[in-house]
Amino acid sequence: MAEYVWPAAGDRLHIGKHISRLDGPVKATGRAKYAYDVNRRGMLWAIMVQSPHAHARITAIDTSAAEAMDGVVKVHIIQDVGTEIQWAHDEIVAVAATSEEVARDGAAAVKIEYEVLPHFVNERAVDEAPDAQPAQEETTGDPAAAMAAAATKSSGSYHVAQIAHCSLESHGQVAEWQDEETVTLWASTQAISGVASQLGEQIGIPASNVHVETQYMGGGFGSKFSVDRWGVVCAQIARDTGRPVKLMLDRDQEVSVAGARPSTHAEVSTGADADGNVVAWDSKSWGSGGPAGANSPPLPYVFAFDNQTHMHTSVPTNTGPARAWRAPRHPQACLVTMRALEDLAHAAGMDPLDFFLRNIEKTGERASTYVEELEKGAELMGWRDRWRPRGSGTGTVRSGLGLALHTWGGRGHRSNCEVLAYRDGLVEARIGSQDLGTGTRTIIALVLAETFGVGLEQVKVTMGRSVLPASGASGGSTTVGGVSGATRRAALNAVDAVFERIAPRLGTEMANLELRNGELHFKDGSMAAMPWRQAATLIGVNPVSATGANPGPGQLNDSGVGGIQMADVSVDMETGVVSINRMVAVQDCGLILDMKLAESQVYGSLIMGVTYALTEERVFDPHTGQMLNPDMEFYKLAGIEDVGEMIVHMMTGPGYDERGVIGLGEPPVIAPGAAIANAATNATGVPINEMPMTPERVLAAINGGMA
Amino acid sequence: MAQTRYPKTPREEQPEASPATSPDERIDSAETGARGPFSRRQFLRGSAAAGAASAGLLSGILDDAEAQDEPGVAGPGAVDMAFKINGKAYVATLEPRVTLLDALRNHLDLTGAKKVCDRGTCGACTVLLNGDPVYACSVLAIEAQGSEVTTVEGIGSPANMHPIQQAFVDHDAQQCGFCTPGFVVASAALLNRHPNPDQDTVHRELGGNLCRCGTYAGIRAAVAQAAGGGTTNG
Repeated sequence: MAEYVWPAAGDRLHIGKHISRLDGPVKATGRAKYAYDVNRRGMLWAIMVQSPHAHARITAIDTSAAEAMDGVVKVHIIQDVGTEIQWAHDEIVAVAATSEEVARDGAAAVKIEYEVLPHFVNERAVDEAPDAQPAQEETTGDPAAAMAAAATKSSGSYHVAQIAHCSLESHGQVAEWQDEETVTLWASTQAISGVASQLGEQIGIPASNVHVETQYMGGGFGSKFSVDRWGVVCAQIARDTGRPVKLMLDRDQEVSVAGARPSTHAEVSTGADADGNVVAWDSKSWGSGGPAGANSPPLPYVFAFDNQTHMHTSVPTNTGPARAWRAPRHPQACLVTMRALEDLAHAAGMDPLDFFLRNIEKTGERASTYVEELEKGAELMGWRDRWRPRGSGTGTVRSGLGLALHTWGGRGHRSNCEVLAYRDGLVEARIGSQDLGTGTRTIIALVLAETFGVGLEQVKVTMGRSVLPASGASGGSTTVGGVSGATRRAALNAVDAVFERIAPRLGTEMANLELRNGELHFKDGSMAAMPWRQAATLIGVNPVSATGANPGPGQLNDSGVGGIQMADVSVDMETGVVSINRMVAVQDCGLILDMKLAESQVYGSLIMGVTYALTEERVFDPHTGQMLNPDMEFYKLAGIEDVGEMIVHMMTGPGYDERGVIGLGEPPVIAPGAAIANAATNATGVPINEMPMTPERVLAAINGGMA
Repeated sequence: MAQTRYPKTPREEQPEASPATSPDERIDSAETGARGPFSRRQFLRGSAAAGAASAGLLSGILDDAEAQDEPGVAGPGAVDMAFKINGKAYVATLEPRVTLLDALRNHLDLTGAKKVCDRGTCGACTVLLNGDPVYACSVLAIEAQGSEVTTVEGIGSPANMHPIQQAFVDHDAQQCGFCTPGFVVASAALLNRHPNPDQDTVHRELGGNLCRCGTYAGIRAAVAQAAGGGTTNG
């Protein structure tokens, strides 16, 4: 029987190397077909009519003009008269036509009347919220007494705005029915298996008759787990008309209704003893991610103090609903905690690096990892030589350093894999997972090739279809652990099955065979090594098949990572512009399967972090309740010139590798904002407590600090 | 305001082609490059010639059709258009309001250029028009006639990648890949103009493209490799 472990460091053929993603060429040449790119014969385009009001009741819908239009094939009412609309841009009617242009004309011709109701969109003014709800209250020890006894105290208000996912491929899909009971959905989704079940249930056909296909998808970041109302509508129109239908959200819909990260506002008081040990924490937070309000961020973050209290208020707003945004609730918690602790370090007259190290045991089981990572980060940033106390700079442009810690779980999800070995030497993995661009396809291939001891050209990955062995949704950094565990077990089982098939034909025992370096070896040396492709011919016409699952036997993955980041920024004291000089990220994630892809995740996270730290914000007009920037001119993403120099260091080797595979999509995106805010505070000498750190806000802080 | 004079390819000079009449056929013609004999004007002339009795009646219509073939007067209904894309001839019957991006994606099944912001901000739809990068969402298809259009598909193929495409692969300058075609086209144009660009030039020339996954470190390194330099970051 196979032993379910990863190969030892010296025996790895592919694992840990810098391997280019296998679908790089099809993407770089524009050949990769995303859901948005699927064009089917006789296909209709569908466009949705949206509510202009943040809170309203539909009183009348007149679709007659749209229906009379040449080329309009179907007008589908999504939400009928009497429905109460809870956010602007909510979809009410879909118009399907023979061309996109006509569908837009049709949508524009639909007349909807509303009874406008009162709305609330700016949750920062929690006292004005009509429906704020206490959501959490937790106390450990005696924070009040500890605070009273503290030698050093600090307090501050910290604010993180609502942001959007703004995936470049908007949400949507193409639906086409094969017969009355079977539909194919080319969907931009993070969860092919889940979407098949959801759609089947909602349109009344067996889930097994829904074929979801996602070979490539243009970004989700946590916003694409559901079939969504527009997915169901698309399938319904396709059924009603007997024609394929493409329904993709327009950019304004994408940014306003298809995903939001909740805001967090917090008031924090902290206390330390004379040696810089944190002895007391007191936080009150509130926030919103739409009509459901928002759950509490985990405060205090990473650290747990003997005496701490936290209270959270959830504030419903008439804004497009929240969806999981990469590392849900963590970036907000990180900003609040790391800014508050930096303020306390400043009050205690300490370098924050020393201050964090002084308190590092309060991070729990990851403490020694954080120490290693802080030391590595300090070396890469030159922290010891370059850090100066807050506000030491002079002149118009002042630079500063900041740091932050983060953590995440990232245990592999449930996943199944079938491995087939063919007599031409090809080895295939079949797995119902999806590759969001993290490199899942490449990871599966390299695990398979590693296990068979062959080159990547000998393996094939068949994925992205819901009819394949079920695999979990790609979210929460769970995919890499899930698919690698399932693939490794299936591949190990397949190797055994191959040996079982061919050993008798070679006149030996299974146990005498092993595969490495593209060859079949005989452990007893009774025969010379045989190239794999020659050995594979003994498989015969029926391929060998074996399956594997995650979780399963053996420890192939684990949960829980640390990670630290440091920022070097410059702030123009006259304009309030924060610019990034350098970001350093030091990250652990257990056994790294593909170093190039792992580093890409961290670079990408730093860049996404710079973006939400400096420019991203969903801005709502309190008067109309509308989002003012549902576009990409004013909902700003950082460009290539905005992100500074980036240094990424992955922790590997003893202490890390033997933990097995741990997910990496979330952890490095958590800390950039906090590190940048601490650096901006260090540079300007005044607390920069709000994300995004727009020039207007930074100037206000500078002017307030100077007043 | 002066009326735009749409550059038009004289129909007589077009390679043999047929205007597509349905979305299906448009896709077919795009794939095969197959073309047929008709333009609207030729059809009307043919009709007039075939029915001498009605020639008088048709002559008025013919005059209208002639007038519509004058520069600046097209539409508002669908009109025949001819394009040269990646060195191949294409025809389609499109409303004058259709953007080059929608013509490529919806009517010619050239889906490499992506629709993201659809208003000239993100660069995901970048194509070359006579060698210059443009946002295809902000160019009308009718205005692209007579120009050489190059999409990402024309820059290189998986089996025969342009050096910048190979460099994007080598430096993992792509994650989800949705911004990648725009960046590849913009980078190819950058290297045509500046064979050995410094970092400021790279930043300026690629500043009109946005990525959400955060691949800028890889893109910097890819451009450096394709320019013949070393690696910069990543």
